[in-house]
Amino acid sequence: MDILPILSTLRRHKITAWLLILEIALTCAIVCNAVFLISQRLERMDLPSGVAEHELVQIQLANIGNRPDDTARAEADLATLRQIPGVQQVAMTNQLPFSSGGSWNSGVKLDPQQQQDTLTVAQYMGQNLLPTLGTQLLAGRDFRPDEFVNYADAVAALQGGDLKGLPQTLVITKALADRLWPGQSALGKQLYMGKGIPFRVIGVVAHLARPNMLEKGVDYNTVWPIRLSLTEGASYVIRCAPQDREQVLKAALAKLKELDPRRVVLQKRTWDEARHEFFQNDRAMAGILVGVCVALLIVTALGIVGLASFWVAQRRRTIGVRRALGATRNNILHYFQTENFLLATIGIALGMVLAYGINLFLMSHYELPRLPGIYFPVGAVLLWLIGQIAVFGPALRAAAVPPVVATRSV
Amino acid sequence: MFGYYLDLALRSLKRNKVLTALMVLAIAVGIGASMTTLTVMHLLSGDPLPTRSGTLFFPQVDPNPYPDGPSLPYDMMDYRSAMDLWSAHRADRQALIAHGQLKLIAPQVNLPPLMAQVLSTTSEFFPMFEVPFRYGHGWSAQDDASRARVAVISSDLNNKLFNGADSVGRTLRLKNSDVRIVGVLGAWRPSPQFYDVAGGRFDDGQTGDFYGRPEDVFLPLNSSSDINPVGFNFFTCWSMPQSDATLQTSPCVWMTLWVELDSAAKVRSYRQFVADYAAQQKSVGRFARADNTQLRSLMGWLDFNHVVPSDVRLQMWVAFAFLLICLFNTVGLLLAKFLRRSGEIGVRRALGASRAAIMAQCLFEAGLIGLLGGIGGLLLTLLGLWLVRRQPVAYADLVHLDAAMFLATFALAVATSLLAGLLPAIRASRMAPGLQLKMT
Repeated sequence: MDILPILSTLRRHKITAWLLILEIALTCAIVCNAVFLISQRLERMDLPSGVAEHELVQIQLANIGNRPDDTARAEADLATLRQIPGVQQVAMTNQLPFSSGGSWNSGVKLDPQQQQDTLTVAQYMGQNLLPTLGTQLLAGRDFRPDEFVNYADAVAALQGGDLKGLPQTLVITKALADRLWPGQSALGKQLYMGKGIPFRVIGVVAHLARPNMLEKGVDYNTVWPIRLSLTEGASYVIRCAPQDREQVLKAALAKLKELDPRRVVLQKRTWDEARHEFFQNDRAMAGILVGVCVALLIVTALGIVGLASFWVAQRRRTIGVRRALGATRNNILHYFQTENFLLATIGIALGMVLAYGINLFLMSHYELPRLPGIYFPVGAVLLWLIGQIAVFGPALRAAAVPPVVATRSV
Repeated sequence: MFGYYLDLALRSLKRNKVLTALMVLAIAVGIGASMTTLTVMHLLSGDPLPTRSGTLFFPQVDPNPYPDGPSLPYDMMDYRSAMDLWSAHRADRQALIAHGQLKLIAPQVNLPPLMAQVLSTTSEFFPMFEVPFRYGHGWSAQDDASRARVAVISSDLNNKLFNGADSVGRTLRLKNSDVRIVGVLGAWRPSPQFYDVAGGRFDDGQTGDFYGRPEDVFLPLNSSSDINPVGFNFFTCWSMPQSDATLQTSPCVWMTLWVELDSAAKVRSYRQFVADYAAQQKSVGRFARADNTQLRSLMGWLDFNHVVPSDVRLQMWVAFAFLLICLFNTVGLLLAKFLRRSGEIGVRRALGASRAAIMAQCLFEAGLIGLLGGIGGLLLTLLGLWLVRRQPVAYADLVHLDAAMFLATFALAVATSLLAGLLPAIRASRMAPGLQLKMT
């Protein structure tokens, strides 16, 4: 295909050609970045939680205030819940992965003398937590019953400076183990909290995501052998078969009400609902961005159709002359297709530069990573395709111009 | 002239209906997207208290006794600092605020007990923030001091418990205590709920919850701490609280103070007062850092907390980029449209029309397209806002199109189309009359 005559024609329509190029460039830049944003959101929504996702039910009751018997009451509640048909495991926990609201966190240090914390980790606590959550233990072991300390006793021990009264051990995630001791086994290692209080790692789990503040590292987390009661705002977590969840939740609420009809239920949901709610913003944003991308591509395609039709109409006579001089219909068709391909190529090249610029802006304002290289060829192919589809109609009309037009004066 | 241009423009638009429809549609979609996001942005970034915000300030001190604490003061204050600053009465008006939940039962109302969101504050909260009352009124400074068991409830709670009837004088049971309702709030929905804003810089842009509804129950702070001394939410602690500590003596921050200062001189002197207080507390060994104080204005505090969710900002940028592409599209199509009419324009020029007249006519046509696009854009904006209202966000019920945004829709549509029409109009007006006549 001869490109020179196309270039010389385009030189005579500089403004229109540049408009089309700029439109393609802008579309390319914005679609590349929008698709990247969508992929980021989807990735976030797809983060592993480390728990048995479809098997968990959470019930949170209102804090009833400090009572001497609150630990005993919690144990009684747990025993009752365990007897409900279909219930496999019951635990108490201070928090669950991917849920909004507050979260329990602490700084950890590798060295007791260290001034700054190495990382901020979420602290999961509660009796029978790991078996209930279904967290996969990779190395080491779960807590023994004698390692558990009541929350109130641990706090009192911390105040009194009595390190014996504190829990001595903890379980950490693999991500945290790899971050703190790369290439080594974490088992038996010490990490430090607060004013250099040591804790020994006895187990490593595959994954356990944070409740929120995901920017601190989704999977940098710890589990503690601490027994909770309702005073600390803890929730009951029940594990059961996925199809039993609704019915177990109903039965559990009925049982808890039976034990004390005056209690206020703050939260009753399956963990799937909690996760769905936690990521609803990301889902909505991804949906909006998909809509924008589709609309942008349609608008750009319509713009190409409009301009190409105009060009065809303007050049009817020239086309007629070319046809009269022996050009075939296919020649004319290819002429317009090549022209569009040329314009799209320049537009895409410009668009890539612009896409990179927008990405730099987003990186500084929204803490996004760099745009992966794969977006450039994929974006280019997409816009070439759209250009070719859009120009096909007008090009066919051009090819249909009969040679006899050349002989007419208009 | 106007009628003539209108006639010409209408004829021209009718001549190529597909092209016209494409242009109108492009502008409508671009305007619809931009105005939807701009309206949300306008509602979320506005001044929640336009008449007063310039005189409201948010003092902060750093009560951390360890010098290695965070570099900025905490977003809330500990009990002692807040009480010291409040009881000095150095501002024109001032209100302490703390949050909590209490179990609520309305006697003689057949509803299960619920956990009510409780805002514990002091009497000047209501006049200072111009809170409207449907029934009754707020409590007095006397009630604050005498720890009176009185409460003000939100209109939402009043509707829920009493079907919107005048409930002043009725009793609510909060935890184990009875309180008498003295006031019911009217429709009050500040956007954002500025007096609850704190910790926004830790929210990673997910700040939609700052646009929630006011609390259910408002109690005098002293009465509230009598009813449930541990029933307050704390923001953070600089060390582990004693297990038997009340929040009042705990090393935790959980209260905020808002002050009204009516003149620049008062602001200066209050700033000095807070700095002096911190210096004095440092000298008695309670604070580690005396220089870590702040007195932010209401709007400054909202900015500091990045109250507008980052997703809303991002959506606005995306929408305007979209409008830009629609603009390019329209420029191209208008260019095509005007140049196709070169014969007609040549005749008009030859018959004596000036360049300015041609340009005016072309711009008139572009403006007409913009107006049509504006109508389409308005419909799409209404559709977009309807979609936003169906989203599970705290500000969903705030979203509506106000008069300013209604006019802005058309202004933006016409401005966009005139901008798009400018280049094509200049090109059209530059056509030489003779040449066009010869060719035709």
